[in-house]
Amino acid sequence: MSGNAAAMKERSGLGAASVARLFQSYAVAIMILVLIVLLSFLSDSFLTVRNLVNILNQNTPLAIMAAAMTLVIISGGFDLSVAAIFAVGSVVAATLALHVHPLAGLLAAPLVGMALGFINGITITALRIHSFLATLATGLVYRGIAILITGGTLVPVRIDAFTWLGRERIGPIYIAVIVLIVFAILLTILLNRSTLGRKILAVGGNEEAAILSGIRTRRIKIIAFSINGLAAGLAAAIATSRISMGQATAGMGMELEAIAAVIIGGTSIYGGQGAIWRSIAGVMMLALVSNGFNILNADPFYKDLATGLIIVAAVAISASGRRR
Amino acid sequence: METRDDLMAIGKIAATDTAIADAGRPPAHPYVRLSGVSKSFSGVTVLRDIDIDFMPGEIHGLIGENGAGKSTVGKIVGGYYSRTTGEIEAFGERVGHWEPPLALASGIAMMHQELQLVPELSVAENVFLGIEHSRAGLLARNEEDRHRAVAAFAGFDLDPSAPAGSLSIADQQKVEIMRALAREAKVIVMDEPTSSLTADEAERLHEVMRRLKERGCTIIYVSHFLDHVLDVCDTITVMRDGAVIRTAAAADETKESLVAAMIGRANAEVTYPDRPPMPARTGTPRLRVRGLTTETGLHDISFDLYPGEILGLVGLVGSGRTEIARAIFGADSAISGEVLLDGDSYAQRSPHESIRRGLAMVPEDRRKEGLVLTQPVRPNMTLPYLASFAKYGLVESGRERSSVRRSIDYLGVLPARIDGEVANLSGGNQQKVVLGKWIMRDPKLVILDEPSRGVDIGARRRIHEFVGETARRGAAVLVISSEIEEVMGLAHRACMVSEGRMIGEFDPAETNVDAVLWQLFQAQGKQDEAKREI
Repeated sequence: MSGNAAAMKERSGLGAASVARLFQSYAVAIMILVLIVLLSFLSDSFLTVRNLVNILNQNTPLAIMAAAMTLVIISGGFDLSVAAIFAVGSVVAATLALHVHPLAGLLAAPLVGMALGFINGITITALRIHSFLATLATGLVYRGIAILITGGTLVPVRIDAFTWLGRERIGPIYIAVIVLIVFAILLTILLNRSTLGRKILAVGGNEEAAILSGIRTRRIKIIAFSINGLAAGLAAAIATSRISMGQATAGMGMELEAIAAVIIGGTSIYGGQGAIWRSIAGVMMLALVSNGFNILNADPFYKDLATGLIIVAAVAISASGRRR
Repeated sequence: METRDDLMAIGKIAATDTAIADAGRPPAHPYVRLSGVSKSFSGVTVLRDIDIDFMPGEIHGLIGENGAGKSTVGKIVGGYYSRTTGEIEAFGERVGHWEPPLALASGIAMMHQELQLVPELSVAENVFLGIEHSRAGLLARNEEDRHRAVAAFAGFDLDPSAPAGSLSIADQQKVEIMRALAREAKVIVMDEPTSSLTADEAERLHEVMRRLKERGCTIIYVSHFLDHVLDVCDTITVMRDGAVIRTAAAADETKESLVAAMIGRANAEVTYPDRPPMPARTGTPRLRVRGLTTETGLHDISFDLYPGEILGLVGLVGSGRTEIARAIFGADSAISGEVLLDGDSYAQRSPHESIRRGLAMVPEDRRKEGLVLTQPVRPNMTLPYLASFAKYGLVESGRERSSVRRSIDYLGVLPARIDGEVANLSGGNQQKVVLGKWIMRDPKLVILDEPSRGVDIGARRRIHEFVGETARRGAAVLVISSEIEEVMGLAHRACMVSEGRMIGEFDPAETNVDAVLWQLFQAQGKQDEAKREI
């Protein structure tokens, strides 16, 4: 019977509905283009190589965190502790750089971050509590640890062997941007090509089906949270190196910015669907709005307002796709 | 009192309709008329030019294979889907924008396949959810009186204060029906209402439907159970490929005529493929279960299953059929008992370990347990054996694609697209994808739980052939089905399960469905008595 129907379905080409879907799927890219066009008309200083390179460079720590947060959200979780992991990474990097070796500091931050992410994963899977609650709690603990390490004081590190990661460039490109690009490509391969990525997509899409297909879902969640912790530590290494200062209050609010970027990019908040590039585009979107306000000398109060509206719009666009 | 108003309002529907019938006027105007209705989902046409009249006081069956569009028609009438083109008339008036609250306000209610009750609320609270009477914003305390009025009208006897979640599916459906009646619905769309009912419960639902009809209600009955539809309907509309094939009086149809119209060719009998030869039941069994007891309610389950053998499990809803499958596969943990595979004890069971040891399980609910609907066909099919398509942790997509392509061709998945969205496939084709997950490797033991529930005749046939092919390849097969006929048609041997216990075994060649059902009901009756004595 369904031979006819199937053939019919195969033949049906690009209808109005498919165009709408295409628009919806690439909404974030379209919005970025619109913003770029708009801002370049409004200001001469916007569409300069220097400005664009600066925007990207400034946002590498957030972009790295948003890229990894994508994995957690696709797996059906949330991580509210990344800002605190970022803070621990910051003080660990600075302290070790001062007392042991600058490189040891830069390397330790991602490793410590991964360990804290691993603890998140264990907490969530062993205690069977929702990741939202679990990471809300661990985030407080991690922030406390960061404060305990420094005693609340700033840890300045003015050593070139430490600050190169955040400040130097190779040719025209900042090293931090290279790190971001490599990290994003690795995560993209992981998500789209590896068995682990497939399993993350399956766990977030339908956990019960994943279990019955032999996937050890706890293990997958722990790995996703560990990668997320590693990313927060890596982001902390870059940011701390850039401002040559470790501080326990670093990264406040970054967890929400990272989650917002993932959602603006169009990754499903319900899990099971999404892409790394989307989250980086989401970060760029937020950054462009912010930059636009700066170069137009607009009241910064409106920046939060605009950002909030963009998040609502992004969620509305992605929700419209689920309706039938 | 509001209660009296309710009674009168309900009575009025019945009164006016009988008046129309009694007056013997020219054929009454249809309650709902669809003319030239079409529907597309993201460019794919699923309904084409549908013309159907739903007349007052009739039970109107909508049948067709899965994907034929019968549920879609029901949902368009109920306002859950919007039409792409065409006209809807409700009670003689053309309607424009159409959505569930509007449909309900005009007197059309929809009962979904998945019931939409609030499990924590009581029966009465569910019935009047959203139409509670209130005084100055406070709930009026007359729910039970109003409930009694509606229950009396429908002829139901449910405890109004029982939490809806504690009821059987059949009783929950009654709540849904009362909910429709409380809103003075004159048309009730029922989407596959009998799919999770026992034969007995289905018969009782049919009685309710007849009673509602006598009171002037029209029922649109979407079903794939031809016997049910023939039994209860006045009019039957057959659909195929999104179009109406014909609408005719049920009295003029037979099971054969309906099947022929549904699949578009004559003489298609409802038969089962030839059974592979029964293997010699000697040597080491592929699966030996001894004294399996679980927290999910199984007591002392024991049986043997040999390579090449097809064993059926039958039981009433809630008997523990599915729990047996899940306990063997490791999806549920056991309290005591032993499972042996080819003579080796298999103690620490988990789905992961089961798959490693060559077990496969097609779960009961394909959408909740079988498929990742956010993903396309390919990753769904290769999920259980993903590692075998990978090198250094990366999936080799060439190898994966050709393997998925082979499985799609072997099982006849349509449309035959390896990267097609699973969510857009019809039920039968989704089920084929679930089967396809397990044929990439030759499993030693295949457990199929409700393999053909809610699938069309073509897919059902293919699934049944698959069962035989799997056994011929030397795998042991465990088939669980609420359709006793299906087990009779497929299995070499079958065990009866009741209240978590094995109560007997039979040879399908030597008995019939009625006899098996009788035994199951007997067993349940006895157990109920025993419980009362305790």
